[in-house]
Amino acid sequence: MKRANPMRQRLAALGLLGIPLLTYPLLSLPTGEIAGIPASYLYLFGVWTLLIALAAMVAERRGK
Amino acid sequence: MLSPGFVLFLSAAYLGLLFAVARFGDARADAGKSIISANVYALSLAVYCTSWTFYGSVGRATSGGLSFLTIYIGPTLMLLCVGVIVKMIRISKAQRITSIADFIASRYGKSQLLAGLVTVIAVVGVVPYIALQLKAVSASLQILFQTSGGEFLPGMIDSTFIIAALLALFTILFGTRHLDATERHEGMVAAIAFESVVKLAAFLAVGLFVTYGMFGGLSDLFQRAAAAPELARLLQMDSSRAGTWTALILLSGLAIIFLPRQFQIIVVENVDEAHLKRAVWLFPLYLVAINIFVLPLALGGLLHFQGQDFNPDTFVLTLPLARGAESLALLVFIGGLSAATGMVIVETIALSTMVCNDLVMPWLLHARWLGVGERKDLSGVLLGIRRAAIILILLLGYIYFRAAGEAYALVGIGLISFAAVAQFAPAMFGGMYWKQGTRAGAVAGLLGGFAVWTYTLLLPSFAKSGWIANGFVEQGLWGIHTLKAQALFGLSGLDEISHSLWWSLLTNIGLYVLVSLYSKPDAVEAGQAERFVDIFRHGARDTDARLWRGTASVDELVSLLERFLGPFRANQQLAAYAAAQGVSDWHALPADAGFVRFAEAQLSGAIGSASARVMVASVAREEDLGLEEVLDILDEATQVRAYSRELESKSRELEAATAELREANERLRELDRMKDDFISTVTHELRTPLTSIRALSEMLHDDPKMDLVDRKRFLGIIVNEAERLTRLINQILDMAKLESGRAEWTTSAVDIGEVARDAMVSLGQLFREKGVTLEGEIPENGPVVLADRDRLTQVMINLLSNAVKFVPGETGLVQVRVMSNDIEVRVEVVDNGPGLTLEECNVIFEKFRQGGNTMTNKPQGTGLGLPISRQIVEYFGGNLWVESRPGAGAKFIFTVPLPASEE
Repeated sequence: MKRANPMRQRLAALGLLGIPLLTYPLLSLPTGEIAGIPASYLYLFGVWTLLIALAAMVAERRGK
Repeated sequence: MLSPGFVLFLSAAYLGLLFAVARFGDARADAGKSIISANVYALSLAVYCTSWTFYGSVGRATSGGLSFLTIYIGPTLMLLCVGVIVKMIRISKAQRITSIADFIASRYGKSQLLAGLVTVIAVVGVVPYIALQLKAVSASLQILFQTSGGEFLPGMIDSTFIIAALLALFTILFGTRHLDATERHEGMVAAIAFESVVKLAAFLAVGLFVTYGMFGGLSDLFQRAAAAPELARLLQMDSSRAGTWTALILLSGLAIIFLPRQFQIIVVENVDEAHLKRAVWLFPLYLVAINIFVLPLALGGLLHFQGQDFNPDTFVLTLPLARGAESLALLVFIGGLSAATGMVIVETIALSTMVCNDLVMPWLLHARWLGVGERKDLSGVLLGIRRAAIILILLLGYIYFRAAGEAYALVGIGLISFAAVAQFAPAMFGGMYWKQGTRAGAVAGLLGGFAVWTYTLLLPSFAKSGWIANGFVEQGLWGIHTLKAQALFGLSGLDEISHSLWWSLLTNIGLYVLVSLYSKPDAVEAGQAERFVDIFRHGARDTDARLWRGTASVDELVSLLERFLGPFRANQQLAAYAAAQGVSDWHALPADAGFVRFAEAQLSGAIGSASARVMVASVAREEDLGLEEVLDILDEATQVRAYSRELESKSRELEAATAELREANERLRELDRMKDDFISTVTHELRTPLTSIRALSEMLHDDPKMDLVDRKRFLGIIVNEAERLTRLINQILDMAKLESGRAEWTTSAVDIGEVARDAMVSLGQLFREKGVTLEGEIPENGPVVLADRDRLTQVMINLLSNAVKFVPGETGLVQVRVMSNDIEVRVEVVDNGPGLTLEECNVIFEKFRQGGNTMTNKPQGTGLGLPISRQIVEYFGGNLWVESRPGAGAKFIFTVPLPASEE
């Protein structure tokens, strides 16, 4: 039997990782502000962008 | 100066530009040079960002802080589940599916009832959303007109109506070019991607302008907001809304694939599955970009308009206007127009296909009195219906917009719409991954979910708008408190969307699963369930043909195709099918199961799978296979697949084993040949001394009068040759032992320096006889290695005696050097003999190959010394090689690794 597509599995794993990272209770962790910008704002956009960057790396990897 | 005329002219010009882009895209597609690349596909997904995003996000942020982001995080996470989307695309291509209604209907036995039901839910849920887009356009126009101080157009022509009409025209031109709804609308997709770029650029422009032009950058804006008590609240995450946060992520995650327009763009308009790889990150990146400035804009608007009368939904327009940046406001207006028109165009295409195929067609086909059943060519009628549906849907949207005005039923429709399409989720996911899901289950789930959605979300929104009495929201239906529409069974503490989502999905999933488990699928359903769930495994479509049995005639099927596709297109498709079957003329095609399936698939593309099935059944007499038989066939097919996979893997194993055997055989033959070579060489080498011993002995024997001097000389030669023979035999035995691994080794700590000195002493006499100088460069306490002392001495002596053989007498010089580094000992034996050519450097290590010209010179050794030495050195983990050039002497080097240190 053909092995399930590893790229799809990696992406799905990233998606699953994103769920706890971008919901409560983790979301209530960042408080206060960094360089005048609220930490929650930085956290949300930071984690979100990081997920996308990882997805891009997985999806655009050349080779097999 | 923004005169109304100018603004309208600009809008018209922009729409004209869209027409041009779409025209270009279609022209390229017709020429076979598609412009739909992975990037265009990813950008076209951004049709998700409607004017509700463009204007509404800022409004939401003014009341809920960062919670508006859930609407964009959900799609990001959902897109990462590429497997689900690829499966949807695969199934849709295989089944020629044209819409989400078609998808669900086709899965559950091509049911017209389900198709109609899904269409109704989609229309009820989405038409108000279209109205919202028109409202956004209208509101933005109004703001621009207000600044210009002008009135509406002379004659009171409604500018929103003009825009709606233009959109209808665009959609008709680019959305219904082909009859076959599975054909892609590349021009339309290109235009949508173009609009996505425009709206992003406009939004970023106004974001930068407000953040850095009107305020001192992000941190300044946040600082000033934090100072105002009512704004500081927006900057903090409110963990009491954790449930809502998660619910909205789920809701938007479902919406990104189940909204009719998203299904259209992601699945139907997909050119190449590989494009998803780009979309999976580029589209979320787009979402991040368009959201970065939402909160700053909201805060900026609240700070700037403090104490004034304002509408936060229009901040993106009013903020630049407040600073007199009219051209920026115009750009923003165009961006908002892009967001609205993009959504309206794609949604209308998707809905019109659904309405035409799943509501109007079944009715037309049933209504025999219309005579549609007998008319010759229906392709024109079909296109007409679809165009009429487009106009109707846009008209409905426009009427709703006019009727609702500022009512809550319009403003809050975004999420209400999402919750409506979320009802498709159980039937969709169940359909793709659960073979047991049945039509009855899907119908029950959809009806239940839709009913709960209507009661808990749609009707209360009407009540809030004052259109109906709100008793059922405040006191509960018939005064029963447990039936309060937004606190059903006392469930309170949730916002209305989460509340409705929770109850409707509970009902939906519960009914779907329960009814599925207690109902039996019919034969068609079971077949479709198999094809959907196992789409990745259905490589060959062998079972498809076996799942249909009956009698049909080619002529009748062809005339059916001609009626619905038009004669030209029907002929085209028939010719293509015939060519694929290897038949030159389609008239010769047999009316077998394969042909019936082909005809049905073609019809599906035009009129939807449910209607196609009805039409094919009307001309072909199909035998009812019955559920049992279908399941048998499917089972059999599954087994055959399993067997063939097993066979495949067995035959692969066999192949691998055969290859290994062949390799081993090759190796054996090679060894055999080497052995033969060795034996013939050995016999040859042994014969040479034997021959000379025998010749000399015979001479001595035959000639008793030979004088003493000669006799002595001959006997001396005989002794030498006999010695050589003994040496040769000893070495051959040695070699054989080494090669077979039976040699005995006694490993101990050996001082290599001492070995070298001993060897030099024992050969000293030989060197002195020939007058050759022997020098040593050996450390006092030489390096110690783990080796067999006698064997190493053998190597040393062999190298030294080789050297003395080849150097000239008197001037000859042989040097021995022993040195070591951290890992190994290196011993060099350097002579100033005639040297070796590059080729000789290699061959001297082969057995029975000797240095010097063997044709002219008498061989001076056995030709086994170096091969044996090399074997010995390699046994201890070292190397033996020679570096030499003709005329420059030779340098024999061997290394032995030092024992690994204890630390």
